Amino acid sequence: MDFVLIQFLTGLSNASALFLIASGLTVIFGVTRIVNFAHGSFYMLGAYLAWTFVRAFWDWGGREPWLFALGVIAAAVAVGLIGVAMEIALLRRIYRAPELFQLLATFGVVLVIQDATLAIWGPEDLPLPRPRWLRGFVDIAGSRFPQYDLVLVFIGPLVLALLWLLFHRTRFGMLVRAATQDREMVAALGVDQRKLFSGVFFLGSALAGLGGALVLPSQSANLQMDLSVIAEAFVVVVVGGMGSVPGAFLSSLLIAEVQAFGIVLLPKITLVLVFLVMAAVLMVRPYGLLGRPQAHARPSAGMVEPVLRPAPDLLGWAGLAALLVAASAPLWAGAYALTVLVELAVFVLFAASLHLMMGPGGVVSFGHAAYFGLGAYGAALGLRYLALPMEAGLVLAPLFAGLFGLVFGVFVVRLSGVYLAMLTLAFAQIVWAATFQWVELTGGDNGILGVWPSAWAADKAVYLWLSLALCVGGTLLLRRFIFSPFGYALRAARDSELRAEAIGLDIARLRLAAFAIAAAAAGLAGGVYAYAKGSVFPTYISIPKSVDALLMVLLGGVQTATGPIVGAIAYHGLFVGILQATAYWRAALGLAIVLLVLAFPQGIAGFARARWERARGLEAA
Amino acid sequence: MRLTRRSVLAASAAALAAPAYVRAQGVQPIRIGEINSYTTLPAFTVPYRNGWQFRVEQINAAGGVLGRPLEVVWRDDAGRPQDAVRLAGELLDNERVDILAGTFFSHIGLAVADFALQRKRLFVASEPLTDALVWEKGNRYTFRLRPSTYMQAAMLVEEAAKLPAKRWVTVSPNYEYGQSAVKWFKQLLQARRPDVEFVAEQWPALGRIDAGATVQALAQARPEAIYNVTFGPDLTNFVRQGNTRGLFERRAVVSLLTGEPEYLDPLADETPEGWIVTGYPWDQINTPEHAAFRDAYRARFNDYPRLGTVVGYDTITAIAEAVKKAGTTDNERVIDALRGLPFRSPFGPVTFRALDHQSTLGAYVGRTALRNNRGTMVDWRYADGANYLPPDDEVRRMRPQAA
Repeated sequence: MDFVLIQFLTGLSNASALFLIASGLTVIFGVTRIVNFAHGSFYMLGAYLAWTFVRAFWDWGGREPWLFALGVIAAAVAVGLIGVAMEIALLRRIYRAPELFQLLATFGVVLVIQDATLAIWGPEDLPLPRPRWLRGFVDIAGSRFPQYDLVLVFIGPLVLALLWLLFHRTRFGMLVRAATQDREMVAALGVDQRKLFSGVFFLGSALAGLGGALVLPSQSANLQMDLSVIAEAFVVVVVGGMGSVPGAFLSSLLIAEVQAFGIVLLPKITLVLVFLVMAAVLMVRPYGLLGRPQAHARPSAGMVEPVLRPAPDLLGWAGLAALLVAASAPLWAGAYALTVLVELAVFVLFAASLHLMMGPGGVVSFGHAAYFGLGAYGAALGLRYLALPMEAGLVLAPLFAGLFGLVFGVFVVRLSGVYLAMLTLAFAQIVWAATFQWVELTGGDNGILGVWPSAWAADKAVYLWLSLALCVGGTLLLRRFIFSPFGYALRAARDSELRAEAIGLDIARLRLAAFAIAAAAAGLAGGVYAYAKGSVFPTYISIPKSVDALLMVLLGGVQTATGPIVGAIAYHGLFVGILQATAYWRAALGLAIVLLVLAFPQGIAGFARARWERARGLEAA
Repeated sequence: MRLTRRSVLAASAAALAAPAYVRAQGVQPIRIGEINSYTTLPAFTVPYRNGWQFRVEQINAAGGVLGRPLEVVWRDDAGRPQDAVRLAGELLDNERVDILAGTFFSHIGLAVADFALQRKRLFVASEPLTDALVWEKGNRYTFRLRPSTYMQAAMLVEEAAKLPAKRWVTVSPNYEYGQSAVKWFKQLLQARRPDVEFVAEQWPALGRIDAGATVQALAQARPEAIYNVTFGPDLTNFVRQGNTRGLFERRAVVSLLTGEPEYLDPLADETPEGWIVTGYPWDQINTPEHAAFRDAYRARFNDYPRLGTVVGYDTITAIAEAVKKAGTTDNERVIDALRGLPFRSPFGPVTFRALDHQSTLGAYVGRTALRNNRGTMVDWRYADGANYLPPDDEVRRMRPQAA
């Protein structure tokens, strides 16, 4: 019983830290509908700035608790200001962009902040020296419980109460609640959206910074903090219901307690526990614990989802020319260029498969890398256990991935919006954790090696032609889907669910089919990739890979069918080029992404298409 | 051509310059292609890079290898095995390096080793710890410098077996390195001390430890001793919570890698005392070799060496010695030279075993202590890696036949 009490209290103190981060994220999303990837970076900056400020204050006035509190608050305010700066400089210019495009911009910011933090504070972990009063403990039920953690237990509810006061007793709070419910109406009532958004960003970022600053005494300020916290923060927000602060509090309590007790019962479940919880909650309550169905996002004035038209002839010829140039590469390019071309082909197919779901389907997936990795693993497992040659492996890969897509898709298509995206993430993480931990079957994180092409395809040139044939062929096949009756039905379901159902389209089946096809295509891409690299690892299923796919699709433009092709080539080409060019490649890549986002708010291909149509006089009707 | 004064001068100048011109073409550097996770783990890879840079400068100042200067072309693999494989290809095909080296993460090391096997090119893995790199997945073309998980666990078992403790718990990050570390420790300790039992284990996710809950769960099992494999921010978190909650009082703790400055320094004035650790007490090793290395390094970089520094330094030394012995950069001959090659490290003499391509570089085993508000190691000794490897027939059984 004593142990249960202590573990319960430990869970409570973790819940407070989680709640701080999650509340900021949920407030930002609720009002601005922006999936703010940079939230984890603000958490990290909060820790680093607190380290600097608190030590400076302590050097000035001695190691007093009130100076510590002052430093923490200063760090939170500073991070809030940085968040506002990001909003004003970057996000404000792209509010009119299609949904999720801002995600791309925030991802660029994440990269820049990573390198900036490394440059400013150096590579080593920075611990805060703890004076006596930070190391104190109280005796509870026969065990020692840190005083600081006890204080944290109360900070969570305190912040919740303050936020409640803010949202229910101030005008700003009332506007935030209204904007969470119906942003367009608030604008129609004459509220300055820009100030509201800036205020919300300040609040959200400051909360993240506060969270980071408060965990500093327990650990150290280190460079992995941003990525280690962001997935969990998203999970907490989604489980609680996006936009709901009490929901975030409840879900952070739930998740922290499940974790505190879960590791006692099943120590190895640490990798996947939060995602299992999220999957379970979403299947029972599709909008999270306290969430409400999102207000149907009306398109901004005058902008309609552009019609997908078949490509103009010029584009067809340009594509053919590009393909010929790529196919002829063995004649004029070195071996390394051939490797890069194979990768580009694979990522074109990967991005196109995600685009099938995101563009025409209107279904965003945050876990698409799972199918890419499952395809790669399908080929590798076929080699390991069935001694399948490459040809059979390349057939098995899409089938294996498509099967999983079908199974997961059944659950996924019941949801919508960001909840759907997060459920796909949950499934992807579950697959990742299974691959990671099921060492006997998959080799764990040491992966499966020796997945090389058959003798006839071992030559780089031959493999290049094989991958071009498969990947470009797959992309063209997906394109065929988009312009088929199936694709039209998908688009109808995206544009207006009510009308589509009224004319008899089974939306769930359509989306399930799209999901399975996209999964199979991604699996084929994964299979080709596996043989190109010779080895398969759980990193193929990881979140960064899913993010890569999203970035490629968004960069190219969700609204055109050529978008993913252009986006994949641009993003991967940029990455490969910048990686070798400079030691600070993350900052360079982040800046490049930010500039591209600002320059091409509809994506690169979308921008080209808009210019083309303007020049030719065809307005999207 | 008319015999003018100008033409005579030009011709004689050309004749005099010709040998120099020929010699400049012959002094082609020996190029080493180095891949590492520079941005992903700067706390390790920055000192590591300083280490190999320092050694390259030293060797070139002494005339290079076979009369040729050494040159290292380095690449950042962004922490991803697929990018590491591509970069290895780029280094071999575009940059035309002679030898591949580096990598940090175990899975990246394995990916590049498999690539090296496919391309039949030498790869000297410096930092990856996984035993599979030279055993289950070992191949002819891969050599590994750093003492492996098995070796370091074995060093600790030697000390752990002397402890009276019978009830042990383990806490280890939930991935291959952590799993291997625990597996070997359990196996080797129980072989020496059959009375030992492992009553609980914790597997925090790497980088995301829930330290308070983990500490409580461990304390709940009422252990007499703890085996810790966590490192980095997880270790700092675990130590702080453990200190405050009294987990380590009256308990022995055996901890892997904690004595390395990269992990010990962030603990600062909260360094727990009396932990049995493997590490690198850089300020106390005063063999002539190490003192010279340390002083020269500090003069050059204005910073003290870390373990990564020694690993980078030794990687270059080993490659240089192998090329010197082979007399050529032809990979097959260098491989034959590397097998059984002895060389000198700041830690002392080291050999690359011909049996499994693992070097006998060892580690320092000692106890942690707090001195001047900083963590350090005391009662330490050098554990030569050669003494902490399994019997030869066991190794042969683990390695693939073709290797």
